[in-house]
Amino acid sequence: MDQLTKLFYSLGLSPYYGIFVAAFLLAVIILAFALLYEGVATYVERKVAGDIQSRIGPNRVGPYGTLQWLADGVKLFLKEDFIPAQADKLIFRIAPYFVFVGSFLPFAALPLWDRFVPVPMNIGLLYIIAVTAMVTPGIVLAGWGSNNKWALLGGMRSAAQLISYEVPNAVALLIPVLIAGTLNLDEIVRAQGGGGGILRWFIFHDPFSFMAFFIFFTAGLAECNRTPFDLPEAESELVAGYSVEYSAIRYAFFYMGEYGDMFIISAMASAAFLGGWQLPLIDPLVKIGWLKAVLQLGIFLTKTLLLVLVMMWIRWTFPRLRVDQLMELSWKRLLPIALFLLMGAALWTVVFHGKGIYDLIVG
Amino acid sequence: MAYLAVGVAVFAITAIGFVLISIIINHLLAPRRVTPLKVEPYECGEKVVGDARIRFDMRFYIIALAFIIFEAEVVFFFPWAVVLKRLRYLAFFDMLVFLIILVVGLYYIWKRGDLKWVKTPVR
Repeated sequence: MDQLTKLFYSLGLSPYYGIFVAAFLLAVIILAFALLYEGVATYVERKVAGDIQSRIGPNRVGPYGTLQWLADGVKLFLKEDFIPAQADKLIFRIAPYFVFVGSFLPFAALPLWDRFVPVPMNIGLLYIIAVTAMVTPGIVLAGWGSNNKWALLGGMRSAAQLISYEVPNAVALLIPVLIAGTLNLDEIVRAQGGGGGILRWFIFHDPFSFMAFFIFFTAGLAECNRTPFDLPEAESELVAGYSVEYSAIRYAFFYMGEYGDMFIISAMASAAFLGGWQLPLIDPLVKIGWLKAVLQLGIFLTKTLLLVLVMMWIRWTFPRLRVDQLMELSWKRLLPIALFLLMGAALWTVVFHGKGIYDLIVG
Repeated sequence: MAYLAVGVAVFAITAIGFVLISIIINHLLAPRRVTPLKVEPYECGEKVVGDARIRFDMRFYIIALAFIIFEAEVVFFFPWAVVLKRLRYLAFFDMLVFLIILVVGLYYIWKRGDLKWVKTPVR
């Protein structure tokens, strides 16, 4: 955004307007990307489900059904959008905004390539944790506003689940922060480069950060309500959970929010643990500036989308947890383990002056 | 600083605008045929029994309380994690003491049975 503002300034636009134009341009580009991703992800999800369950999956619209997501999108626009008579109208209308905005705002802080973050900020990681939490009130409002028993149960369960898993999630994310000594996601990714290739990624920094990645990913699955933690929308017991009374495009926003959250969790995992846009040999081999940026963007997206694919794979492989197992997993297992790992990583950082295993061995 | 404030505000307004415009387009394109049965709350096709504004279990509130305590603790961890490499042992042991106090709290609610979802009735 700062680069774009400077570009507009050199083209003769005053910085006061330029900053707004640059922000708006980036917001629209990223919104378009997010929608494209969310659409394609629904198609891929159904294809993956089909493959895993020995079915075909969508195959009618376009070659191999690749346009299915567009047809679904158009269909959602053409459906009747009604509000139940007993619903609390204001709350019912507000809820999709919370869910969608909460899943879209984190895109502003993703480190896309070297020294480029859509909105430059030095607290990127804290910002992402803060704004993703906006999804929780949206889901509670949806559950309460619908005035439906299924929706209320789903909303309450979801709130309990999201807040329970928020804690191990955030604690696990602290480990990359204390290794890098900064909350700036761009600097965190840059700290994972240099000699040593993938051994410089924070996941291989020390044994504690290696385990922290899995804690983070597990808690992340629960954060975006994915199986095995999809109790809020457990079809067999709660119909569709908090979104049961929603129809047409309002309903779509809950699903866009879910897929957006999946992308954000995967992007955080890849930026904080898997080296973001870093890949060995890119730095010394590619010298052209723009080519490097494109490659880095591609690497970052590849890592992120692979993690999204892993989430889909998990969804169609594991059965759902029971609600009591869910709560106890978070508070009695993940949280103590995460706190232990945090202190272990802190001790490692203090004793070895922040050096990773690779530095210690090579010297 | 200006980038952060303007950027986040513009991103939020873009997202809100997108939701608003989609809902308006939906209203323009979609049919509206409201029937009394359609706007009833969905209860699997049965007749609706009572209101959904029911009393709710205490355990949700206890979980929420525990969450607030631990989330506040995580907020304290963030500045600590940033400066740990510079302050080294001093910061580490300070936080260890703070963490032990919290773990005692976690142990207390664990033993009290507040983290148990299925409660056995007290005799």
